[in-house]
Amino acid sequence: MRNMNVKEVETAISKLCIQSCCHLPEEVVATLKKTTGTEESPLGKEILEIIIKNAQLAQDTDCPICQDTGLTVVYAEIGQEVHFEGGDIEAAIHAGVADGYTKGYLRKSSVDDPLFVRKNTGDNTPAIIHTTIVPGDKVKLTVLPKGCGSENMGALKMLKPADGVEGLVNFVLETVRIAGPNPCPPITVGVGVGGNMERVAELAKHSLTRHMGEHNPNPKYAELEAEILRRVNLTGIGPSGLGGTNTALAVNIEYAPTHIGGLPVAVNLNCHAARRAVVSL
Amino acid sequence: MAETKKITTPLTDDVIKTLHAGDSVLITGPIYTARDAAHKRMTEALARGEELPIDVQGNVIYYVGPSPEKPGQAVGSAGPTTSGRMDKYTPTMIEQGMKGMIGKGSRSQEVIDSCVKNCAVYFVAIGGAAVVISQSIKKQEILAYGDLGPEAIRRYDVVDFPAIVCVDCYGNDTYKDGLAKYCKE
Ligand code: SF4
Repeated sequence: MRNMNVKEVETAISKLCIQSCCHLPEEVVATLKKTTGTEESPLGKEILEIIIKNAQLAQDTDCPICQDTGLTVVYAEIGQEVHFEGGDIEAAIHAGVADGYTKGYLRKSSVDDPLFVRKNTGDNTPAIIHTTIVPGDKVKLTVLPKGCGSENMGALKMLKPADGVEGLVNFVLETVRIAGPNPCPPITVGVGVGGNMERVAELAKHSLTRHMGEHNPNPKYAELEAEILRRVNLTGIGPSGLGGTNTALAVNIEYAPTHIGGLPVAVNLNCHAARRAVVSL
Repeated sequence: MAETKKITTPLTDDVIKTLHAGDSVLITGPIYTARDAAHKRMTEALARGEELPIDVQGNVIYYVGPSPEKPGQAVGSAGPTTSGRMDKYTPTMIEQGMKGMIGKGSRSQEVIDSCVKNCAVYFVAIGGAAVVISQSIKKQEILAYGDLGPEAIRRYDVVDFPAIVCVDCYGNDTYKDGLAKYCKE
């Protein structure tokens, strides 16, 4: 067994919030750079260059890449041999978010009652926390700040088994077309397949934590990712949605076993500011 | 692509008529910020027969909700927010004399029609290019609705603010044109 003070988690989360909002992962910047070489629209190319310049400026000045620093999604993979002490682990994660968003001059975009009051909570809490218990004595934390421009364009559909691959592809493409410019293309298309209603949404979101350039380990799904990416880039939506040949940077599919009678599909889109930061404690 | 046009605010009809969907522009001068809550209040004030808290004549409104500024910064990261949420209020604002808007995302047909009828223009700024954009904002001042916090109406003094003409006063829409040109489905 390993003892860990929750304060350690709080400090780590605070740092990850600032790091993720200000420093775009290197491989995302590299992927963006690649797209400038293939973009057919001159305006699209100009936009991609500005997006890359923006990411570099954010990196150099420790300023948020985008003002919408999102709701804070936190994945905590906790080794079953870890024993937390010094307080409540969930409270520590929320405290870390509050600290990071304040110290990092990040925008606080969380409102409490979503329907009637909509009062800003003032410190971007609560975070959306996904906890999993895994073997070992380590704690892996991933922070994924998720802006609303892209989040609002996600969709979920309970397809029928007979809809199959074609039904899935059509639903994903339809979702991307409806989203148009709103999720700030070039986007990452996160797709969840299987499970049940809530599981499939989690799969789609979790797929956005993937290192850009990696593919689903199952070759059939990897092939489908490539095929959907190709088709998404034929839509013409392009950088910022102003037309072009680079609408998406990646398509990430995650799947899970499902019921004999169902084929749930969820699409969670991410913007070009595909922010993410990870640490292992 | 045509070279980048430099324009200054407030905008005149003569200048607006030279702008075409797809043109890149650099905007210099004062612009005003307002999002959903401020738009709601302004249109409600008009409905009650009151005056607007800002003079919109010839002016440009930027749809933005910036991140907090760090010490020594004029403004935090300040990229555009989704314009569609303002569609409902926009024709009223244009009728009041507003000549330009900056945001991201497509507009309703009512907004496009109002741009044609009243010689107004909708610019898009690059969503997520918030640091590049904030460097063109030199100064900010709260003008009205201070209680709305980040959604208060502010004046930004901008120099070479980068934007793209999206809806011009002839009713062209770069989103539609771009899609038609590059769609290969
Ligand atoms: S969707 Fe656009 S505006 Fe929203 S967080 Fe992403 S880059 Fe920023």
